[in-house]
Amino acid sequence: MTVSTGNRGVAERNYNFRTLGYVAAAAALLVGLNYVTESVLSGYVGRVVILCGISIILAISLNLINGYTGQFSLGHAGFMAVGAYVSAAISFYHGNLARPGHGSGMAFLVNTLHLPEGVAGVIFFAFCAYMGGLAASLTGLIVGVPTLRLKGDYLAIVTLGFGEIIRVILLNLKAVGGSLGMSDIPGNGTPHAIFENPFIWVFGVAGITILVSRNMVESTRGRAFLAVRDDEVAAESVGISTTRYKVTAFVVSAFFAGVAGALAAHYDSYLNPETFNFVKSIEVIVMVVLGGMGSLTGVTLAAIMLTIMPELLRASGPLRMVIYSFLLIVLMLVRPQGLLGHRTLKPRKKAKPAGASA
Amino acid sequence: MTEFLQQLINGVAWGSIYALIALGYTMVYGVLRLINFAHGDVYMVGAMTGFYMTRWLGWGKDPDPLHFVLVLLASMITCGLLGFIIERAAYRPLRKRSKLTALITAIGVSLLLENGGQLIFGADPKFFPTLIENKPIFASGGLIITNIQVIIIVVALVLMVALQWFVFRTSTGRAMRAVAFSHDASRLMGIDIDKVISVTFVVGSMLAAAAGILVGLSNPKIEPLMGLLPGLKAFVAAVLGGIGNIPGAVLGALILGISETMVSGYLSSTYRDAIAFVLLVVILLFKPAGLLGKAVPEKV
Repeated sequence: MTVSTGNRGVAERNYNFRTLGYVAAAAALLVGLNYVTESVLSGYVGRVVILCGISIILAISLNLINGYTGQFSLGHAGFMAVGAYVSAAISFYHGNLARPGHGSGMAFLVNTLHLPEGVAGVIFFAFCAYMGGLAASLTGLIVGVPTLRLKGDYLAIVTLGFGEIIRVILLNLKAVGGSLGMSDIPGNGTPHAIFENPFIWVFGVAGITILVSRNMVESTRGRAFLAVRDDEVAAESVGISTTRYKVTAFVVSAFFAGVAGALAAHYDSYLNPETFNFVKSIEVIVMVVLGGMGSLTGVTLAAIMLTIMPELLRASGPLRMVIYSFLLIVLMLVRPQGLLGHRTLKPRKKAKPAGASA
Repeated sequence: MTEFLQQLINGVAWGSIYALIALGYTMVYGVLRLINFAHGDVYMVGAMTGFYMTRWLGWGKDPDPLHFVLVLLASMITCGLLGFIIERAAYRPLRKRSKLTALITAIGVSLLLENGGQLIFGADPKFFPTLIENKPIFASGGLIITNIQVIIIVVALVLMVALQWFVFRTSTGRAMRAVAFSHDASRLMGIDIDKVISVTFVVGSMLAAAAGILVGLSNPKIEPLMGLLPGLKAFVAAVLGGIGNIPGAVLGALILGISETMVSGYLSSTYRDAIAFVLLVVILLFKPAGLLGKAVPEKV
């Protein structure tokens, strides 16, 4: 840090005020944009915007594993599925006031605590999404602890295996619809006051994901992630517990994937296990790779691009996926470090005093 | 008991198909340390080649063993060529790059073949013509063995013996084993590594094509995405037996095939797709080198 001890208190207070300012500005921006998307953009375009936000959350969270920690996870869709199903099950069985016996959670907030329905919906959805994320990160822990001893392609194939196992289990769970899928999840477009203003939710979470990701990698822990990526043996020999950091990355990443799943579930009000197959994981990986593994700006841009591009190419039918895969191969041959490489767009800092930089 | 035996026979036939695919995985992994994700799709192309060839030649009407052999050979040659092209165009330029780059490229090739397949062949399932009429040749007490099952097992066995001969009795095979052991040392001994890797891809893809034709005989419904799951499972079989190890791949594939038919016979067919990955997780936790593989200590 460049701040000397004498100024520390002042600097920190300034910093806190600045953070508060940023948060307020971001919130105002979100509300404003929410108004714009709801009133100006048509349903379809609005939908693509929301899908972009969900893609950003998925890609940024996977970037923690694949980009920063240098591990190769092919099971992101599995974590997303866990989050989606857990949150959807909670809101389906406890958040629907319109169905007798399915609204205990909402009823508690509205009738016992006397909250207005809108506020209750916000709290209830936040709870659902949080539980979804928690369940996903628990799954990440269960998957991660035994498998992260494995390296490279073995890890890839085991995470893929876990993703498939999760999908098969969901296909067989009758309580959440099994192979028919789960419909009537309270949420967007249903009159239950849960998940109103999807734009604010999705982009709020996307912002948090980016922020957490950035703060993590700028911290000691993040340096350890990068060390694991760059040379595992060297990292181990300077006393970094590589497995611990890999598991940490896995758990945090799974949490956000789970929240993304919760958002997607409530936005569509419908879930099907087949959505969360191996191809979904690949899509997210392509975003991370295209953006440049480890570059937050690049990954965000790639997530947006790769969500919009298939929509634009929708008319061309199966050709769009051919273009998509061809692009991936060419990219790997020509520019394997991704579009932006490790570079990240950062606010320009004032020149540091000599010797202060690492 | 009859039911158990029946499932066992079905499992061995199904496992033989996995074995043919798994051999290609294990050979490529042996020489390149690369999971060739596109391998399952080569198997799909094999089945499709057989389908279109019989249709164009009008052989679907009258089942004839000679036609079966010709289709098998033609499909193997086509896929051998495909394997050669894939290696040349996509994997060779990346050989010096990181493993991750190669792995992502392999996924890209796999997606390209799948989606290209959907574009060219159409996404709808096709019905593989009857090259050989399916009839029981042994039936007693509820136990049925069909001629197709026998053909699958025999063809797979013949190809495996041929492969064993090729790898252990020819100079190219010896070169292949040398390359699998060490690229640098083989190069110093005057082995043309590029050629050996090409041959490995060609041979592996030919075996996958044979698997594609055999699966067409027993489960006639074929589609462009048919290679996705069997490909992954065959890889699991290769890991189960010890990747890089040829008898190991066959053993792993048989275990996998039998477990799958047992699970769908005694539990529920919906759990069938998960058993491969459960086996994978278990084996990697307890014996990461696989059943027949040797653990290699990591050197710094």
